[in-house]
Amino acid sequence: MSWIPIAMLAVPLLGAAALLLPRFAGGPSHRYGLAVSGVTLALAVVLVAAFDYGDAARTQFATDLPWIPGLALRFHLGVDGVSLPLVVLTALLTFLCFVHLAGRPPHRPRALVFTLLVLETGIIGTFLALDLLLFFVFFEVVLVPMYFVIAIWGGPGRRAAAVKFILYTLLGSAVLLLGLLVVWAQAGTLDMVALARGGGAGIARSAQIAAFLAIGVGLAVKAPMWPLHTWLPDAHTEAPTVGSVLLAGVLLKMGTYGFARIAIPILPEGAAAVAPWLGALAVVGIVYGSLACLAQRDLKRMIAYSSVGHMGFVLLGFATLTPVGVNAALFGNVAHGLITGLLFFLAGAVKDRYGTADMERLGGGMLRRLPYIGSLLTFACVASLGLPGLAGFWGEMLALFGAFRPAAALSRPLFLVFMAIGGLGTVLTAAYFLRMLSRVTHGSPAVPEGPPVTSAEEIREILGDEGPVEPVAAGTAVTAAVAEESAAVLAPPAEPVGGRAALRDVTAYELAAWVPLVVLTLLFGLWPKSLLAITTPAVQAILSGVGS
Amino acid sequence: MIQSIDYVAIGAPLALASAAGLVLLLDVFLPRRTPGALGLVALAGVLVAGGLVAAQAAGGGERRTFCVPASGAGPGDGCSFVVDGFTLVLSGLVLGAGVVVVLLSMTELAERRIPPGEWYFLLLCALTGAVLLPAARDLATLVVALELVSLPVFALTALKRYDGRASEAALKLFLVSVVSTAVMLFGVSLLYGLTGTLHLDRLSAALSAVPGASGVVAVAVVLVLAGFAFKVAAVPFHFWAGDVYQGAPVPVAALLSVVSKAAGFAGLILILTTGLREQAALWGPVIAVVSALTMTAGNVLALRQRAALRLLAWSSVAQSGYILAPLAVVGGNAFAASVAYLVIYAAMNLGAFAVVMPVSRTAARNELDDYRGLASRRPVAAVALAFFLVCLAGLPPGLAGLFAKVVVFRQIVEGGLGWLAVVMAVNTVIGLYYYISWTARLFAPAPSGPGRVPAAPMPVSASVAVGLAVLVTLAFSVAPQLVLSASG
Repeated sequence: MSWIPIAMLAVPLLGAAALLLPRFAGGPSHRYGLAVSGVTLALAVVLVAAFDYGDAARTQFATDLPWIPGLALRFHLGVDGVSLPLVVLTALLTFLCFVHLAGRPPHRPRALVFTLLVLETGIIGTFLALDLLLFFVFFEVVLVPMYFVIAIWGGPGRRAAAVKFILYTLLGSAVLLLGLLVVWAQAGTLDMVALARGGGAGIARSAQIAAFLAIGVGLAVKAPMWPLHTWLPDAHTEAPTVGSVLLAGVLLKMGTYGFARIAIPILPEGAAAVAPWLGALAVVGIVYGSLACLAQRDLKRMIAYSSVGHMGFVLLGFATLTPVGVNAALFGNVAHGLITGLLFFLAGAVKDRYGTADMERLGGGMLRRLPYIGSLLTFACVASLGLPGLAGFWGEMLALFGAFRPAAALSRPLFLVFMAIGGLGTVLTAAYFLRMLSRVTHGSPAVPEGPPVTSAEEIREILGDEGPVEPVAAGTAVTAAVAEESAAVLAPPAEPVGGRAALRDVTAYELAAWVPLVVLTLLFGLWPKSLLAITTPAVQAILSGVGS
Repeated sequence: MIQSIDYVAIGAPLALASAAGLVLLLDVFLPRRTPGALGLVALAGVLVAGGLVAAQAAGGGERRTFCVPASGAGPGDGCSFVVDGFTLVLSGLVLGAGVVVVLLSMTELAERRIPPGEWYFLLLCALTGAVLLPAARDLATLVVALELVSLPVFALTALKRYDGRASEAALKLFLVSVVSTAVMLFGVSLLYGLTGTLHLDRLSAALSAVPGASGVVAVAVVLVLAGFAFKVAAVPFHFWAGDVYQGAPVPVAALLSVVSKAAGFAGLILILTTGLREQAALWGPVIAVVSALTMTAGNVLALRQRAALRLLAWSSVAQSGYILAPLAVVGGNAFAASVAYLVIYAAMNLGAFAVVMPVSRTAARNELDDYRGLASRRPVAAVALAFFLVCLAGLPPGLAGLFAKVVVFRQIVEGGLGWLAVVMAVNTVIGLYYYISWTARLFAPAPSGPGRVPAAPMPVSASVAVGLAVLVTLAFSVAPQLVLSASG
C-alpha cells in the first residue's frame, strides 16, 4: 500500500468537500483552489521523483484494498509508465487552470472551485485505477462536474452543449460498461494487471471482438473518434476557458488511455480484428478534422475540431499495434494535452480582450496590437501543426511511422494507405493553422472602436456577476473595466494604431499559467526521449499479448 | 389440530397491527386531537417493528410457522410464514421506508386538514401488509397480504377530500387495483385447481407433475404476472401512475412508489422463484420483454413531464423496469440483483420525495420550474435533492445508484441477455436527460419577479426524513456491500 496515489485522490476530494462547510461562503475560493491543486501537483512531483524509471513497465505505488466484495470491486491503484505522464499532466493542467482563475475570478467562484476539484479527482482516479469497475466509476465521476462547468459558466449556447456532452458521453460509458462486464463474465476477474498479463487468455475470440467493439465505442466517444465526435465542437466552444482546457487537455485522454490500458492489452485478438477499422476511422478523423477546421470562423471551434484531427493521429498509433505506434499515441496524448491546453488558454485570452473569438471580427494584426499573446498564439499553433523540434511533431511522425510497418497480423498495404492519407492530414493541419495565423496575427489591425461585445454572458465574464447588464452601456463599461486594470499589466500594451482602443497584453497570472506549457512543449520537442523512455517499457508490456 | 405459533417470527407485523389499533383508540379517547402525538405513536410502532426485525436478523437462522406438515401432498414442509434472509431484507426496507413516510405524514398533517387517526391507522395497516408479504409462502397469504397493502392506500389517497384530483386518483387506483386483483385471483385459482396446493414450495413440483396441461399453466402464469404487473406499474399496466402520484398526498405517493412497489416485487419474486421455478422457460422471456418495455415507456413518458410528481411517477415506472430485468435471467441467484436494486432505489427515491414534500407546500402546482434557484433559497435541500436525482440517474457522486445499475447489468450480461443490456444502457441515457435537467434547474439563477415568497423554514419532520435518506444513501454509496451481502 502506498500513500501517494491515495493522497492524490484524497487531497482534491477532501478539498472539495471542505468547500461545502458554511465558513467558505463568499470567501476567496480561487486562492483556496490554487492551494489544494498546488498540493496535488506537489504530490505528482513527488511521484515523478520517486518513480523507478528502470522498471517503468511494472506497476508501482500499488494499493490494493477490497471495497465491494459483492461486485468483486477492489480499490486497486497504481502507476506505471503509461499512466504516470497523464497523472502529472492532469495535476499540472488543473493547477494552471486555478492560476488562470486567480487572475480572472469567475462568478460563483466557490461552486466552480468545487466542481473543478471533483473533476480533478475523477480524472486522476481514472488514470490511477487498476480495477475495471473502479476505472469505470472514476470514468463516470467526471461527467456531472463537467456538465456543470459547461452549463453554468459557459457561453450563450451552453445549455444545449452541456446536455449534448453528458448524454453523448454517458451513452459511450454505458456501452463501455457492457464491454467491461463481458470481459468480467468471461475472464472472471476485474484486475487489470492480471488481465493484461493474461493477454486475453480465457476469453474466446468472438467474445474478445464483441468486448473490444463495446469498449472501443465507449472510449471512442470520449476520445473522440470520427464519427462519434459531434459532441466535442459544441462542448469545447461553449465551455469556459478552464473547461475547454481540461476537456481538451485531459478529459479526451481518458478515452485514448483506455485503449492503452484496457482494450489492447486485455483483448489482443479483438484488437487485431478491429484495428483496420480503427485505423480507417482514425484517418478519416484526421482528414475530416482538418477540413472542418478550414471551414471554421470561430477560433475556439477551430481548435476544437483540430482536436478531432490530433486524436485521429493518436488512434492511428494505437491501430498499428506496434511499439512505435502505441508510443506515438501515448506521446501524442501528452503533447496534445500541453499544446491544446495552451491554445485554449490563448483563445480564452483573445476572447476576453476582443469580446469575440470570431476570426472575421478579430481582424488581423494581433502581433502588433498584442505582441505577447500574438506570438504565444503563433508558437502554440506552430507546435500544434507539428513543427519538428516541438512536442506536436513526434506524436504525428511516429504514428505515421508506425503505420508504415504495422503489426504482423495487420495488412501492410492498407496501413500504407492510411499513412499516405495521414500524411495528407498533416499538410491540411498546417494549412488551416497557417491560414488562421495569417488572418489573425498578421496584417494590420482593423478592429472597430472598443471591444465588440456580443452578448450579456460575455459582458458578465468581463465585468463579473453584479447586477443586470444593459446592452447599450456595455461597450463603454467593458472598456472602463479594462482601462481600470491596466495598472496590473505586465508588458506595455502595443502602441495603439490610429487611435484605436488599447487592449492589455498578457498579465502576470496568464504568463504564469502558460509558461510551464511552453517550456514542456519545447522540452518534449527537443528531447522526446525524456517521455519515450518512460512509456517504451510499458508499451512493450501492453503489446506482449498481440505478438507483434 | 392445534397449530403452535412462533410469535417471535410474526413479531414485526404483530407490532405494526397493534400500533394501528392503538392509534385508532387514542384518536377516539385523546381529549385534543393532536396529530403530532399520533404521529409519534405510529413512529414508535414502526420503530418497534424495525427493532424486532433487526433482532431477528442479528439472531440469524430461519423461522417458520403456520406449518401444515407433509402428508403425502408433496415435498416441502408446507409453512405459510417463513422468516429468512429475503424476508428480513424486504421487511427492513419496508420499515425504513415506513419511518420516512410517517415523518413526511407529520409534515402533511400539520395543516390539520386530514384526520390524523384514520391516516395513521391506514398507513400502519398498509405497512403491516407489506411486512407480512415477503414472509408469505402460500398463495392465499400472499394475496391477502397484497390486498392489505393495497386497500388502505385507496383510502389514504382519498383522505385529501378537499382536493378533486385526490378523489380522481383514488378512484383510478381503486379500479385498476381491483381489476388486477381479480385477474391475479383467477390465475391463482387456476394454479390451485391444477395442483391442489397453495404452498409455493409444493406448487412447483406439483405443476410439473400435471400432465398435458401446459396451455392452462401458461394462462395461469400469465394471469398471475399480469396481476403483479399492475402492482409494480409495469407495462402495459402502468398508465395509472402519473395521475395517481400527482393527485395523492406526497407521503402516499412515496408509499406507493416504494412500499407498495417493494411488496409487489416481493410477491413476484416469491412466486417466480419458488412457486413457478420449473416454468422459468415460460415466464423468463415474458419478463424480459415487459422489463424492456417498462423502462422504455417510463423514461420516454418522463421526458415530457413538467410537474415534479408526475416526473417521479414515470421515473419510478422506469426504475421498475430495471428491477424486473434481472428476474428475466432464469436460474441462479439472479433475483438477488433485483432485491439489491430495490433496496437502493427505495433509499434514493424516498429521499427525492422527502425534498419534494416541503416544496409542494409552497408551490401548489409543484412544477419543475418551481425548483429553479432552490440552491440559493434552500442550499441544503437543493444539494440533497441533486444528490438523490444523480443517484437515480446512476452517476457519481450518486454511487449507490451507479452500483445498483452495475449489479443489474452484470446479472443480465452474465445471463446472456445482451439485447436487454443494450436496451437498458440506452434507457440509462434517456433517464439521465430528465434527471439532469431537473438537477440543473436547482442550481440555475432564481427567477426574479413578484410573487416570489422567501422560503419558509423546512418543517422539522421533513428535515429529519431528508437527513435520514441522505445518510442511508450515502452509506449505500460508500459501502454498497451492506446491501449486496444482505440481499445475496
